[in-house]
Amino acid sequence: MAENHKKAAGRLCYLCNQRRAALKRPKTLEQICRECFYEVFEEEIHQVIVKNQLFKPGERIAIGASGGKDSTVLAYVLSELNRRHNYGLDLFLLSVDEGITGYRDDSLETVKRNEIQYGLPLKIVSYKDLYGWTMDEIVKMIGLKNNCTFCGVFRRQALDRGAALLKVDKLVTGHNADDIAETVLLNILRGDIARLSRCTSITTGEDGPIPRCKPFKYTYEKEIVMYAYFKRLDYFSTECIYSPNAYRGFAREFIKDLERMRPRAILDIIKSGEDFRISTSTKMPEQGTCERCGYISSQKWCKACVLLEGLNKGLPKLGIGRSRGLDNNHRKDVKQSNGTKNIEGKQCGSLDF
Amino acid sequence: MQLTLEFGGGLELLCDSVKIHNVDVSPNNEVDKFTMKDLLVWVRANLIKERPEMFMKDDSVRPGVLVLVNDCDWELSGQLDTPLEEKDVVVFISTLHGG
Repeated sequence: MAENHKKAAGRLCYLCNQRRAALKRPKTLEQICRECFYEVFEEEIHQVIVKNQLFKPGERIAIGASGGKDSTVLAYVLSELNRRHNYGLDLFLLSVDEGITGYRDDSLETVKRNEIQYGLPLKIVSYKDLYGWTMDEIVKMIGLKNNCTFCGVFRRQALDRGAALLKVDKLVTGHNADDIAETVLLNILRGDIARLSRCTSITTGEDGPIPRCKPFKYTYEKEIVMYAYFKRLDYFSTECIYSPNAYRGFAREFIKDLERMRPRAILDIIKSGEDFRISTSTKMPEQGTCERCGYISSQKWCKACVLLEGLNKGLPKLGIGRSRGLDNNHRKDVKQSNGTKNIEGKQCGSLDF
Repeated sequence: MQLTLEFGGGLELLCDSVKIHNVDVSPNNEVDKFTMKDLLVWVRANLIKERPEMFMKDDSVRPGVLVLVNDCDWELSGQLDTPLEEKDVVVFISTLHGG
């Protein structure tokens, strides 16, 4: 076969010392073969699940599924491990239809194929049903600025509402080590101390109705993509048609540059995030519930209700940016329309953490 | 020299949404080896139709783009210095899209 090239001939797998190495692991720099890679990749995720006690036997678990690489690999690996190690879990796929023609409708087709391929029941919740607006309609009204804020805030709630409909005990997401390192950096750059302390937790929202966890917290993006490629998993990879989040893209590129020079950097940034200690004199927002819809919120109204109010009143800038960035007119309007004194816009919820 | 090039993870969008390209690259001179470094120059000039910065940064692929030569991570074969031979299969996959 053409594969037996002289350039690769000397490279045997560091683990089995029998087969030809197929990739270099970013985490350990070990050169390993495909078969050993599958084994260590799956086993490490199993160990993360066991050590952090992510699941209990008999639980119903929703996998947040976008059709992209991370959630596709997560659905595949989790159903494998569930079988192999008898976790005793009932797994479901949960997708959000934001209503983005030419993007989400195509990726949902991927999720529908995954439903059949992995034999996992699928539930789709849509922005249109939950909020009365599709992202296409929102963008038509507000243009291409801040649309990611709407989408991020709405998605977070949509996943919770979908999880409630499925009556699941937990929601798992495909956030990987690169994503988390990136979010640590972003939260530092924004001075968002509340999110900085939360974003490295493997499980969040344990006090809320549906806890979320991230089994890929220590899994490198490179390995997820290699795994999907070698296993020929069916995933969707197109950028959202509505402008990428530029600030996040910047942080992402920085992380990738660091990774090229020193792959450990990703795990080290996560470690830094975990070991941060917040000074006791730092004021942290208090967690309450939204007076309008009952969703968790540190303000009188949750962010989704503020944004929705703005859309329905034709004031789409309501709730965008930080409170000090709101101009007086908007503030006045908020006070007049619903008597709330303290609607503070927290910056961009599209982080999903 | 006949090569098969495959673009995935969204990179195919930069070359007319075609994923697999069977190409014939002729080395400038017969003496020097044709390497991945030469191939990247060739791909950029001949296949990439838009946003080349999504594919390359300086003289290599953009960080976050995975490269496999005959299904083997190019980090094992010398990256830019990887020599290419007749009928080799080179795969480029972007990891930069959402998950």
